[in-house]
Formats: sequence, structure tokens, C-alpha cells
Amino acid sequence: MSDAKKWDISGMDSWKAEDFPRGAVIPDAGNSRDYVTGGWRSMRPVRSVETCTECLLCWIFCPDSAIRVADEKLAADPETFNLDHCKGCGICANECPVEAITMVPEGCELPEVK
Amino acid sequence: MPVKHTTVATTGNSMVADAMRQCAPDVVAAYPITPQTTIVEEFARYVAQGRVHTEYVTTESEHSAMSACIGASAAGARVITATCGPGLAMMWEMLYIASGMRLPIVMLNTNRTLSAPINIHCDHSDVMGARDAGWILLFAETAQEAYDNTIMSVRIAEDPDVLLPVMSCLDGFITTHSIGRAQTMDDESVKSFVGDYTPQNALLDVENPVSHGNFVFLGGPYIEFKRSQRIAMDRSKSVIERVGAEFSELSGRPFSLVETDMMEDAEVAIVVMGSSAGNVRHVARQMRAEGVKAGLVKVRCFRPFPATELVAALSGLKAVAVLDRSESFGAEGGPLFTETRSALYDLERRIPIVNYIYGLGGSDVRLDLIKSVFTDLSDIAGGGVVPEGLNYLGAR
Repeated sequence: MSDAKKWDISGMDSWKAEDFPRGAVIPDAGNSRDYVTGGWRSMRPVRSVETCTECLLCWIFCPDSAIRVADEKLAADPETFNLDHCKGCGICANECPVEAITMVPEGCELPEVK
Repeated sequence: MPVKHTTVATTGNSMVADAMRQCAPDVVAAYPITPQTTIVEEFARYVAQGRVHTEYVTTESEHSAMSACIGASAAGARVITATCGPGLAMMWEMLYIASGMRLPIVMLNTNRTLSAPINIHCDHSDVMGARDAGWILLFAETAQEAYDNTIMSVRIAEDPDVLLPVMSCLDGFITTHSIGRAQTMDDESVKSFVGDYTPQNALLDVENPVSHGNFVFLGGPYIEFKRSQRIAMDRSKSVIERVGAEFSELSGRPFSLVETDMMEDAEVAIVVMGSSAGNVRHVARQMRAEGVKAGLVKVRCFRPFPATELVAALSGLKAVAVLDRSESFGAEGGPLFTETRSALYDLERRIPIVNYIYGLGGSDVRLDLIKSVFTDLSDIAGGGVVPEGLNYLGAR
């Protein structure tokens, strides 16, 4: 699939009822990355690089594909978690076999993690 | 090729199953429920016999049946299903999704009441509960009309100017199960009338991936989408008339949104939907023999509501009765009444209009009951008092 977007909603605020695609069809695939949902989060995952074994179970379990992996390794901090899409569900922390991921409340000062 | 008509003696459900076969849906997903069962039973037999190449999906509930229909329709299939009463009620959530996604699904509904007390017989409570779900609603008086409506429904739903689901209603047991005389058309004529379905935005078109029914952000364009459904529903009226006229030419049978009988010089009339139109027609003829200028106004399409056509049919009358085969507890009358009276509001002259709730749960629609309505109307037309409040026809 080409990167050219068929789904141009730039003028949507002035669209009239009949300008919207019939049946609320989005004529383009892979657009959920444009819908930023990270604002729902109240807890944020923090990884301890020292404890992490790079087993990638967090990447497998993440329901939002919000864990970034490149060359079979987790992306380095602060890119590990895609915070535009992480909803803070904590599944990664729960599944991590070595407890390398901690969930910390948003709005608090981040703890020192090694 | 001229149309070949075959006269048959059969039930409404059998006529409908035959029409479904002739329309050749790609997918039928259904769950059996009395009095709809024989439709899907006969259709399943056609599939088993190889007389129609349909993917027949047996589901575990009506919610699943409508969900499967929605998925199949979004995938690009021509889809027909059937249900009634509690089955329709169980589809509730999905009815709105079918119309919101603008999927041209056709559904037969063999009007059955809703319990309690437990009852499997006819009234219109099922479809009237779904009247605001964004479906086009057609009503049949006879097995013949049920057959005709089924075929027209496919064309109406799939029209590019419409693309809305259509529910085609026939009265449970009265129309679905009684055997009467009717005519079918040959397969080729029906096939060429309904034509091929060319889906738009089909999910199975993998070269052009799309997603359906999304597009809503917080505070987003939901209301605009609803407005576009309203526009499509309003626009469907002329499509229904056009398809109806085309079908009439083929079948030799009339079709109008509102059909009138003996209305040329009528002074009083009964507005009714479904099988009871036959009772009203019969009694209206008897009343005419007694000197009452009685007429019948039969509503064949409830959504979109044919307000203009009803006004045209009723505007010269001295008194009108509307028969509702469903309750809308606490409302100012049954649904057909409230909308008919609302349609008449803008007339200069106020026409006395009376509402009767009748035939709930299959209670008998006896001729003497219909006669009592015409007698009431005749009294009102002669200067009598318009009865106040709601009338329950034949109820103790």
C-alpha cells in the first residue's frame, strides 16, 4: 500500500452532513495511528533497563501496539513506550517475567529507575 | 421476454421464501422464530436443493443473525434475513448499526406481538418499536403483496440514492400461514428486475482497504451522520415510488405508498396497515350498500412516512378513523394515529380524527368491530360528538 492518504479530513469542520462518507466509511487503512488515545492514561509504564532481558513479551502482549521494537530490541528510552497510544493498562508490567516494568501514576514525579 | 405468471395456492411465508430465492442473496443469516420459521425453513431447503447459491448461516440468536448480516453486507454481499416479535427485539442494537452503516439489508418481519403475557400472534408492536431505527418499513396486506414487497425491497435498498436497510412486514399467521391465491413471476423476470448488486466500499475488496462505521471523535460529527441518514430516508420516497411503478408495469399489480379504495366520493374513511385492510374494504362495501360513503386508506409504507399522500387522501373527509395494531403506552394514541394527525395539522379545515387500538396479540378483528368504527364515523360526520381519548376496539 502506498503512503498516499485517501482520507483527507483537513476541512472536516466545515463539512455538511452529505459531505461525510456514507456509512461512516474511512476509505483508508491503518489510520488508527492518527487517532491519539494516550490522553486516557492515568498510569505510565517505566522500564528498568538493568532488569529487562529483552524477551519482548511486553511487545507481544501490548493490546495497543504501543511498545516500539527495532532490530529485535526494545527502543531505547524515552522511545520504548509510544505514549501517544499507550493507555496505561499495565498488561506489559503484569506480563513481564522479570518485573522490569513498573506502573507509576501520571502527574507524579517519575521515580528514579535504573 | 414477457413475464410468465404462475397462479399458486400457498401461504405468505412460502411466497416470501420463493421471492427470496428469486432475488438470489449471497448471504442469508437467520434464526427461526414463530411465525417466521417457515420462511427460513423453506429457504434453507432451496439452498440444500441447490436451487439458490446462497451462503446460509445458522446463528445462535437474532442478535448474531443481524450481526452476521451486517458483516456480510459490509463485505459486499446481497443479504436478506427474516425475523419477528421477540427476535426483532433481540436485534435491537444491530438494527441501528445496519442503518447507520448504510447497509442495504432486506429483512422480512412476520409481525408478532411482544410478551408478557406470552403470545405468539399478530400485532405491530414489534416493528413499531423499531420505527425509529432508520429502516424503510413496508407493509403487506396479502401474501401477494408480501411477495411483491420482498422483490421491490431489494431494489429499493440497493438503489445508490438510498442504501438503507428495508424491513418488509407481513402479519403473523394471518398472512404468513393462511393459504390463498397468489401469482409468482418467472425467475428470469425477477432476476432482471432486481439486477446485480454492485457493492461500494466492500470489505472483501482487499486492494482498497476501508473501515466501516467509524469516524466519530469526541464531540465529532455524529449528528451530521444522523442528518445524512434523514436525507437518505427522505430521498428514498421517490425511489420507492419509482421502483413501485416499474414493478407494477411488470406485475400488473398496483403499488402506492398510500393505497385508496372507494375514496373518490368518500365522506368517512379508515386508515389501516397490514392484513386488516381486507376487513375494512369488505365492511366499507357493506356500509356503502347501507348508504354510508365509506372508504379505505391503506398505508403500505410507514417509513418514510407518506404524510403528503395521506393529506391528499384524507383532506376532503368529514371524519377519519386510524386503526393502530400496537400500543404506545402513555402516548396520544398509536403510532399511525399520532403521525397521521400530525400530518393533517397544517390543513385549514380541522378534520375530526379518531384512534382505535385493535387486534393486539392476535385478538380477532371481527367485521362487526370494523362496522362499529364506520358507524362512529358516520355519527361524527352527521354532527355527532367526537369520542374523547383512546378507543380500544372490542376490548372489555
